[in-house]
Amino acid sequence: MKVGLFIPCYVDAIYPNVAMATYKLLRSLGVDVTYPQGQTCCGQPMANAGFESEAIPLARKMEDMFKGYDYVVAPSVSCTAFLRINYPDLIGKDHKCSIASKAMDVVEFLHDVLKVKSLPSKFPHRVSLHNSCHGVRELHLSSPKEIMTPTPFNKIRDLLELVEGIEVVEPERPDECCGFGGMFSIEETAVSGEMGKSKLQRHINTGAEYITGPDSSCLMHLAGVAAKEKAKGANGDDIRFIHVVEILAAGL
Amino acid sequence: MSTSHAKAAEKFLRDQEYAKWHDNTFFGVRVKRDIMAREVPEWETLREKASQIKMHTLSHLDKYLSQFADNAEKNGVIVHWAEDADEFNETVLSILKENDVRKMVKSKSMLTEECEMNPYLERHGIEVVETDLGERIIQLLGQKPSHIVMPATHLSNDEVGDLFEEVLGSDKGNHDPTYLTYCARLSLRNQFLTAQAGMTGANFGVAATGDIVVCTNEGNADMSTSCPDLQISVIGLEKIIPDYECLAVFQRLLARSATGQPTTVFTSHFLKNRPGAKPMHIIIVDNGRSRWLADEKHRQTLKCIRCGACMNTCPVYRRSGGYSYSYFIPGPLGINLGMLRDPKEYSGNMSACSLCLTCQNVCPAKVNLADQIYMWRQQLPDFGTENRQKEMICKAMTKVMDSDTLYNKLTSMAHLANGVPGFLINSSLNPWAKEHKMMKFPPRPFHSIIKDMDKQK
Repeated sequence: MKVGLFIPCYVDAIYPNVAMATYKLLRSLGVDVTYPQGQTCCGQPMANAGFESEAIPLARKMEDMFKGYDYVVAPSVSCTAFLRINYPDLIGKDHKCSIASKAMDVVEFLHDVLKVKSLPSKFPHRVSLHNSCHGVRELHLSSPKEIMTPTPFNKIRDLLELVEGIEVVEPERPDECCGFGGMFSIEETAVSGEMGKSKLQRHINTGAEYITGPDSSCLMHLAGVAAKEKAKGANGDDIRFIHVVEILAAGL
Repeated sequence: MSTSHAKAAEKFLRDQEYAKWHDNTFFGVRVKRDIMAREVPEWETLREKASQIKMHTLSHLDKYLSQFADNAEKNGVIVHWAEDADEFNETVLSILKENDVRKMVKSKSMLTEECEMNPYLERHGIEVVETDLGERIIQLLGQKPSHIVMPATHLSNDEVGDLFEEVLGSDKGNHDPTYLTYCARLSLRNQFLTAQAGMTGANFGVAATGDIVVCTNEGNADMSTSCPDLQISVIGLEKIIPDYECLAVFQRLLARSATGQPTTVFTSHFLKNRPGAKPMHIIIVDNGRSRWLADEKHRQTLKCIRCGACMNTCPVYRRSGGYSYSYFIPGPLGINLGMLRDPKEYSGNMSACSLCLTCQNVCPAKVNLADQIYMWRQQLPDFGTENRQKEMICKAMTKVMDSDTLYNKLTSMAHLANGVPGFLINSSLNPWAKEHKMMKFPPRPFHSIIKDMDKQK
């Protein structure tokens, strides 16, 4: 089984630790994982903003880059969902699109493919789980509150609970959007900021030391809001932000 | 970069206390909906059935519409067809004139809002009295509905109390909702008794039997049709469903989705005039719907049963209010209906969606509201309403992302931005800085770190 590591542009540039944790975690689990050089962006920001055609050359590039792999694994639910759900329409008509069915978020890869049942990591902290919208509603990492699933589930929580010493809590309105939404956050600054502030407050209310989630873009938004609030003196809370894989790989 | 919606939302959010109340109020309705839906084990099956029934009916609309009209006529109803808002308003006016109507009471209808019927009739000397409590309040205030099911929920008890003191002569300072409702009832009783016509909208039109089905909580549709001698019911042509079996599916979904009630207090079937009254009229309205039906990408919007659940669950609607949208219907549904109505006019609402997808998960008819917003965004250049600045950013991004050299150069230099003084980066020219403190870039991007690691192997 050959796994290609897909590291989205903003993770590459801003969160290399998240990328490294993913790489090390997969290696430690015996996965034949490599990072093909030359990766950039999947095109999601442009497409969601309404300029899908700008994403097409990037999608083709992604398809070609990962064609020799059995799985394409990424530590980012939103980008993974874009590959899986949008790529077939985007490039599938006149180009092979095998990447869509191979794309997996690292959480589902660990949970559903490797079926990880134990991890050596320790993280003796209370963490508040941030279920990103596209993780919930597109990749089905957890059951959305709106859908009447007979047995509610949460794959992120399942994995986190394998970590020694951790206490996983969830905020009120556990799957309400944090307000990032790519270009939404710069086009609807007021609403996006308000959504971020209320989401942040709900996480803080859990008494957690960390907010963790499967998507660094939501965390980047919330961290930016938190730092701004703190600078304004509005909220002195020191809650920290950490990607799920960084916890799963803690100590590696 | 701000759209019309973004600007209006920014104003809405200035009153933080009110904004939080608004958000909590509508989220509360969403929670009630969740509780009710969970009590129905076959909920998700019902949604799927509802979606299929709607698609089936819409695909055979010619057949079901004529069946509906034929059966209504057999019941003794006079059926009218209106191609657009003008023809609709003229039809209503001519029926009212023929019957010497000076005052008409009516129950809630978004279709009459859509056609701007009230102002039209008032210009022609007809007094129109809304009888749904929420609609009556906003009518007296001269406002428009801020939500399709709860049109006046944006108002506080005090605002309603002040209004009633002035208009209905209620006791000064008594803003108790039960008392205020009593005052409204008292004043409406007289309106029911003195009107010469009553109008209802329609939640459903049943083709097999020809009846108009109206779901209300206040009984005002029944009062409107039981007191005056003349009844007019109006229905958008997408509201037709095949038969009672189908109706049962929607009946189980509608009130649970809309307000978190197992059913509305009243479900009235209007088949014909009551004994001794004048013949009932039904006006079937197109007003763009058949054109929307032809639009392959967006015809799904016509499956909507107007429950308003997409508004209650929408984090943007709850934090920006009904009036922040330029179309008269707000929220995810309104964004889509506005685009169908007139994309040039209503593109300013396109930004009001973070693509969180909760709307299409609550929709009882499985309308893919957010997917359609995504599709509309792609179509904006066709209407000339795309945001040029956003387009420039996207094109520039693709240029960088499509070139390894450019991308590598930029990402390896990103940390230099950390050294730029905060007042430059956190300036008003940087929209991200309005609500965020800028992130710090690490000294090296991942791709460069791992390149070295791979070399060492």
